Amino acid sequence: MASAHKQPNYIGVFWWLLALTVIEVAVIFLPIARLLIGILLVGLALSKASLVAMYFMHLKFEARTLGLIAMTPLLLCVLLIFALLPDLSATPHRTTESSQVSATPH
Amino acid sequence: MSQVAAITTAVEPAESPLTPESWGKLGMWIFLAADAMSFGALLAGYGALRYGSTDWPVPAGVLGIGLTAFMTFLLICSSVTMVFALAAIQRGDLRGLRTFLLLTILGGLMFLGMQAYEWSHLIHRGLTLSSNPFGARLFGTTFFIITGFHGAHVTGGVIYLSCYLVRALLGRVTQANANAIEIAALYWHFVDLVWILVFTFVYLL
Repeated sequence: MASAHKQPNYIGVFWWLLALTVIEVAVIFLPIARLLIGILLVGLALSKASLVAMYFMHLKFEARTLGLIAMTPLLLCVLLIFALLPDLSATPHRTTESSQVSATPH
Repeated sequence: MSQVAAITTAVEPAESPLTPESWGKLGMWIFLAADAMSFGALLAGYGALRYGSTDWPVPAGVLGIGLTAFMTFLLICSSVTMVFALAAIQRGDLRGLRTFLLLTILGGLMFLGMQAYEWSHLIHRGLTLSSNPFGARLFGTTFFIITGFHGAHVTGGVIYLSCYLVRALLGRVTQANANAIEIAALYWHFVDLVWILVFTFVYLL
């Protein structure tokens, strides 16, 4: 670990981020299953986020433990999603009344 | 007496263990981890509400993807200029710091301007915190809370960076203060990183 790391190729990272953003926007118009689109989007977003963290925030050149601190929220969010699972299985609900009232026959 | 001094240094190290450059940097990282958790909780809550709703509109049909994709591009650009601002002051190039800091702040201000335009446009179409003509009411609530929370972070970042720009214009920032700029840069990149996730989960998904 050199104390003064060499400057990463920031412009290269910029082009990557730009390309991934374009792909992301294009992906939502693909004629494939919604689930597949969702998986692709999450993958692309996480790659972009890690590019920013690794190169712009210099995490790649920091102590490993600092990376662990930075990863903690991701881990906690995954736990949070599992904690919310019981709520997710609750009965689906509608929140709009006006348009629905006219649609249901009496 | 020297023994006492040795014990004191052993108990309280002068150097931050993870970030030898400064304690402030470690502090900023811990703050950002906590802040990320706030955003994470908002997004997880958004996911749960959306999953449980049967009339959630397709975001791309209600929100303008073109404008927000451009806003994403702007924030990425402002992250790059921030990186150059830090590189400049690390070289001792005060002029470069001023230029790139100014460009970063302008990027942030343009982002906020576009968000204000987007919000007023949506509000005119009837999407508010408590109403949504396109389907689930909570769509409006979650949209404004999440993008508003992020917009507040951008505003904070613009103020934060402006303070350093004023100091730099007054000639009070030198190569020795590069650490302070690095810490401010960490915050700015974090705001960019969060927007990447918000853009994906709130606009695209």
